[in-house]
This record gives sequence, structure tokens and C-alpha cells, in this order.
Amino acid sequence: MPPHFQPAAANAAPPRRQPVFALVGNPNCGKSTLFNALTGLKQKVANYPGVTVEKKTGIAYSQHGQPMTVIDLPGTYSLAARSPDEAVTRDVLLGRRADTPVPDRILCVVDATNLERNLYLVHQILDLGRPVIIVLNMMDLAAQAGLRLRVGRLEQELGVPVIPCEAIHGKGLVELRLAMSRPDLPLSRHAWDVPTAIAPAVSELQASLTAHDGKPPLVARAEALLLLTDSDEMRVAGSAPLHARTAEILSHWKKRWAADGTDWAGTLVGSRYDAIARLCSGLAERGATPVRASASDRIDAVVTHPVWGWLTLGAITAALFLSIFTLAQYPMDWIDHAMSALGSWVTTAMPPGDLRDLITDGAIAGVGGVVIFLPQILILFFFIGLLEDTGYMARAAFIMDRLMSRVGLNGKSFIPLLSSYACAIPGIMATRTIEDPKDRLVTILVAPFMSCSARLPVYLLLIPALLPNAVMPIPTKVALMVLMYALGTGGAFFFAWLFKRTLLKGEPPVMIMELPPYRRPRLKDVALHMAQRAGLFLKRAGTVILGLSVILWFLTAYPKAHDGASPQEQRAQSFAGRAGHALEPVIKPLGFDWQIGIGLIGSFAARELFNSTMGVVFAVEQTGNDDTDRDSLRTSITKARWPDGRPLFTPLVCLNLMIFYVFALQCMSTIAVVKRETNSWRWPLFQLAYQTGTAWLVCFIVYQTGRALGF
Amino acid sequence: MSAPVRLSELAIGTSGVVHSYPKAGAAFLRLREMGLLPGTAVTLIRAAPLGDPIEIKVRGYHLTLRKSEAEHVLVEIATS
Repeated sequence: MPPHFQPAAANAAPPRRQPVFALVGNPNCGKSTLFNALTGLKQKVANYPGVTVEKKTGIAYSQHGQPMTVIDLPGTYSLAARSPDEAVTRDVLLGRRADTPVPDRILCVVDATNLERNLYLVHQILDLGRPVIIVLNMMDLAAQAGLRLRVGRLEQELGVPVIPCEAIHGKGLVELRLAMSRPDLPLSRHAWDVPTAIAPAVSELQASLTAHDGKPPLVARAEALLLLTDSDEMRVAGSAPLHARTAEILSHWKKRWAADGTDWAGTLVGSRYDAIARLCSGLAERGATPVRASASDRIDAVVTHPVWGWLTLGAITAALFLSIFTLAQYPMDWIDHAMSALGSWVTTAMPPGDLRDLITDGAIAGVGGVVIFLPQILILFFFIGLLEDTGYMARAAFIMDRLMSRVGLNGKSFIPLLSSYACAIPGIMATRTIEDPKDRLVTILVAPFMSCSARLPVYLLLIPALLPNAVMPIPTKVALMVLMYALGTGGAFFFAWLFKRTLLKGEPPVMIMELPPYRRPRLKDVALHMAQRAGLFLKRAGTVILGLSVILWFLTAYPKAHDGASPQEQRAQSFAGRAGHALEPVIKPLGFDWQIGIGLIGSFAARELFNSTMGVVFAVEQTGNDDTDRDSLRTSITKARWPDGRPLFTPLVCLNLMIFYVFALQCMSTIAVVKRETNSWRWPLFQLAYQTGTAWLVCFIVYQTGRALGF
Repeated sequence: MSAPVRLSELAIGTSGVVHSYPKAGAAFLRLREMGLLPGTAVTLIRAAPLGDPIEIKVRGYHLTLRKSEAEHVLVEIATS
């Protein structure tokens, strides 16, 4: 045993409180499946305070029924962090986060089919001097690939328990629980010498980390090694900073090495891989190597083919949209009906008054406005979960990277932007797969430009109104619809390009990504993922949306008009109506009057509310049938006039109104979700301002040009 | 051994051994940490439908990187 391991061994008495296990591993090593299998539904998903990184904790039970806490740390290839997720993994393991207990024991999940690269992270973790259990996952796939692993030998070399496992089939879990229950887990006896070129720096840093940062000697050594490969710029909220003295020593050495040409990081990484190569020699016995290309390679030959690749991507996209527009419609209608039934029930059960209106028009309508998004969110996350767990997501990013790179993003922004055509909310929630914080923020900022399904009713109302006295040919309708989608998409790409060059200028984007072998997804994992996403949305966004709905209700209900006033009189003199009037000078250059202004304000709760708000404003009788309602509304808006008798909804105004809906961020659910995902009000408010500004500017140009041309 | 060529210019399906690449830069450090080191065998599997990024096989797994990074990675092709 190397001398530096002894002090910690003395401290490694079994903890008295409930033991805390950290679960770590490379991406795609089956870590989430193992976590789900160990903890079942006993999971809690929250955020690490100050960062939008998911904190997943669960309770597993030992063979004797003792509860054990398991923290599922974000997957990473190395403890040298490149993204906020990876920084959290590093900081929890190093005990830098005050909000998370330092794990007593570490479960390292290793993909048995890909030993060398997976062992790199293990190698860094062994340095920490904590009891480690290695879980060799995907043993079945390794066997299929003709790989026979000598588990006993790895256990002997490292001196820590190595548990072969097939998490997806639940195999090896009993053995793993037994190992986790052991009170006397050994420390690794893997000896590895720090390369001589950097050894003096490591001891100096270790001494300073012990003296000034209060780290135990072993953790200090591990952290010293890490500091050499970690740029340390990836500091996230909640992580304790380095002592000034330590930082000084670090920059001193880096300067010195830079001057004499020492490749300190490369030497360190190389020496770890050398140690791993020694470890792996004689570990794996390759059986007859399969002559045929693996199934994964054969799938990839089609899926990333210059012709078939695009067709596959198109087919998957089409399937996604078909299911959203057809499948989601049923539960959305049910929710809609249930909410109106609940509203009518309250209306009959309660005496008329403000309280009743608050419940029906504020609370129930607000909750309904939140819940109505659930079917789309669930379906989208079902698809995203499937795409991620099978491995296709990485292929989509691979195919799309070139196009996305034109505007400074990378292929990983593709799926979130694509999802936003259905609804920006799940799209924005799906940006968590983008590691680079700036790329992620840019994607969030432009996602609402993608024309979501809530804009459809508005387009459907206004497109036929463009030709009031004639029936519009279907190709023209389709072309106009496509034009709206193209405008939004163009806007998203333009602003992504602009933000990447100005506001969120970063390093040139890199796209270093693993293409994992295709794997059969486990429906249980996908379902759990869906449920967790839906829960997060309901809990966090729901409260904000409910609050905003009540405010919006108040604005349309107060101050009260005289008794017996019609709904449109009430609207006209409410705060919203006054705001509409106040807004008129601002929106008049776009061709909109105060009545349209009320519609714009009202659709803030949800864009499709534009139609019903306009229905109230123009006193259209509601029949409950969307198509008939839309037709009668269209007839009545074509009769609307300015005070001087000019028609209000000219073709140019209808077109302009649609353009306004393409660009403006009229969706408080999106604002609530962006607030949650960026952890501040700054970005959602910025987004609201710049999108509304863009909408106004584009509409101004279109309307004024149109007028000048005589439309 | 012939003179090293850029990884971005390897023909599809050819293998080689990494000769050298720049030591500075987060992207290159990440490539090292993912096991692409001088002396490591590498095979160019394919390019994406639009020509960029490329897919390589290294240490038994598949990795993609853009040509802008790959052109700095020099590879020696084993002459058989």
C-alpha cells in the first residue's frame, strides 16, 4: 500500500448515519437504469441551488433492509469539468458543495464493452481515497461482442469490489446490494506514480490545499491532480472557491511550464492511460471477433447515409408531429371539457360574484391553461426519452451539426428547436442535453420563434380573412402557413447567429460527442423520465402560471362597469381595455386598434386565447364548435371598422397580425419555464423585450411598406 | 511509416496511429481524456451527410468531432 493511502484508511470507520453513496459513470454507461433499478420509485428530483443541474437522490435498501442514500451524479467522462453538470459531479465528489453531503462511498458504473475510456474516470476517482465499488455494467453486451472479462483479476489489481452486472435485466443487483451493505469496504490499493515532470507541483498544491482549503490529505492530492487538467473556469454557484494561495501556486506552475514547453495536462492524461493499459492487459480475453459488422454499425450505415439518413430523420420528425397533433388532441380535448365542466359546475353551485368569477375565470382557467400542455409535454418527452435511450439522438445531432454550425450552434440544439414547433415549453426543457451553457442559453432564447401549435388557431382564423370576398385556393393557404413557419424559423436562426456573435460570444463551438451503440430502451426508464419532467413542469411553472392567470383575470374584471353591462362593455372599460386603449398609439403604426390590443394582452395567457378574446370583444355567439365559432368570428371581424369608417381587418392587417404572432413572446408558460431553466428573471424578461421588439419592428416595416404600396 | 496526414483528410475506412496534436485548448484536452492520445490507433468510419463532422473509432468506441478539430490531429498511416 502506498504511504499516502494510510491516513484515510484510519478515518474510514463505518459511518453511523445513513450512508451516502454517489453514483458516477460515463454518459451512456447505463447509470440511470442502474439508479432506477436500485432505488425504484423512491427518487427525488430537485435542482442544485443556484444551478440548473438536476439533483437526483434516491433511497436503496441493503439486503438487511437498511436504507442507504444514493445520489445520482451527472454522467461525465472526466472530473475535469467542461459543463455545469460535470462541475457538479466534480464538486460533490471533492466536497466543494455545502448543499450536498460528501459521499461516504462511491459507486462507479463502468461500461464493460468500453473498458479503457470508462476506467479513466475510475482512475481519477480512486485518487479520492474513498471506498469505491465498481459496477461492471452491460456484461451481456460485452459477451455478445466476444469479450470475456476477468472480473477477479480487476478486483485483485484494484483492491476494491468489482460487481458484474446487467442493470437492464436486473442481474447483479443482489450482489451489488450485498457489497453496498458491507461495513468494511476496502480502499483501493492501486499504486500509480505521478509523472516526475509534474510531481513537485502536485505536492506543492496538495500541501496548500491541506493547509489553506482545509482538505484531507488524500482529497487534496486528488484535487491537486485535477487542477492541472481542469481549467477551473467552470465554477458554478454553490461551489466553494479555491484559496488565493492555492490559485497562486497553480498559476505560477502553469506559467513556468508554458515557458519551458512542458505539456503538463497531456503528460498527466497520458500517464493515466498508460496505467489503465497495464491494468487492462490480460484482463479481457477476446473470443472469436465477430466477422460481421455489429448491429449498431449496420444501423448507422443506413441512419447516417447521405440519402437514407435524411429520410430517417424526416420520418422520425413526421412521426413526432403526427403524434403530437393527433394523439395529444384527445387528452387536450378531455382536459378542455373537464375544465369547462368544472367551471359550469362552480357557476351553478356558487352565488354570482367576484369570488365565483375569480374561481372560474382566474383559478380554473389558469390551472386549465397549465394542464392543457401536459399531453404534448408527455408525448414529446416520450419521444425524446426513446431517442436518447436508443442512441438516435446523438445521430440526429451528428447529421444536423453542419447546418446548426452555420449559426454558431452545434447539432445538440436541433432536437430542442424541433420540439419547439410543437410547444416551446418541452423544447426549452429539452435543452438540458446541451452541455455548453452559452449554446444552451442561445437555444432557449430563440426556441419560442418556432411556430408552436398554439399559434395554429390564430393562423387558421386569419389566413382565410386575407381574402374576405373570395374563397382562397388551398395552395395559397398552405403557402401562407408555410411562410409563417419559415419566418419563425428564419428569425430563430438569425437571432442565434446574432447572439453567438455579440451577447453570448464564446469559444468557437466544439462538437466532441460519443456515438453510443444502439440499445434497446427500457420503457420503465422512459416512463419515469416523462413523469419526472411533467412533475417539474407542473410544480414550478404551474405556480407562476396560476399567479399570472389570476392577475390577468383581475385586469379584465376590474374596475367593474355599471350593473347590467354587457361583457364587451366590461372588457372595454376594464384595466385590460384601458391598457388596450393606452396601447393604441404604440400599435397603431402596425395597423392595430385598441380592440386588437385587448386580444394581444389576452393572448398572453396562451396564444390561442386570441380567438376567444376577440370573440368577447366583438360579441360573437359561442357555439362550442371551434370551426363554426371561427367562421362566425371571421365574419364579424371583417365588419369591424375604425371610428372613421375604414375597415379594421384589411388583408394587410391580418397578415401583419399573423407576423406579430410569429415573433412576439405571448406565452407566460414559456416565460415561467425560462425563468426556471435559467434561474433568474433576467433572461425571460430580456427574451420578452427582444421578441416583442422584433415583432413590432417587423410589423411596422411590413405595414408601412404595404400602405406605401397601396394595400 | 509515411509522413503524418491530417485526421480530417484520412480516406473513409482507413486506420492509422495518432502522431501528435496541439496541447493547448479545452477541445484537445477533452480529446486526450477521451482516450485519443499519441500512439492510439484510430479508424475513420464516415463523415456526416453534409461532410462535417466526422466519425472515428478509437479504443473500441465511436466518437464524432468536427473537421476544424480533426485537421489539427496528425495521423500516421501504417503502410502494409
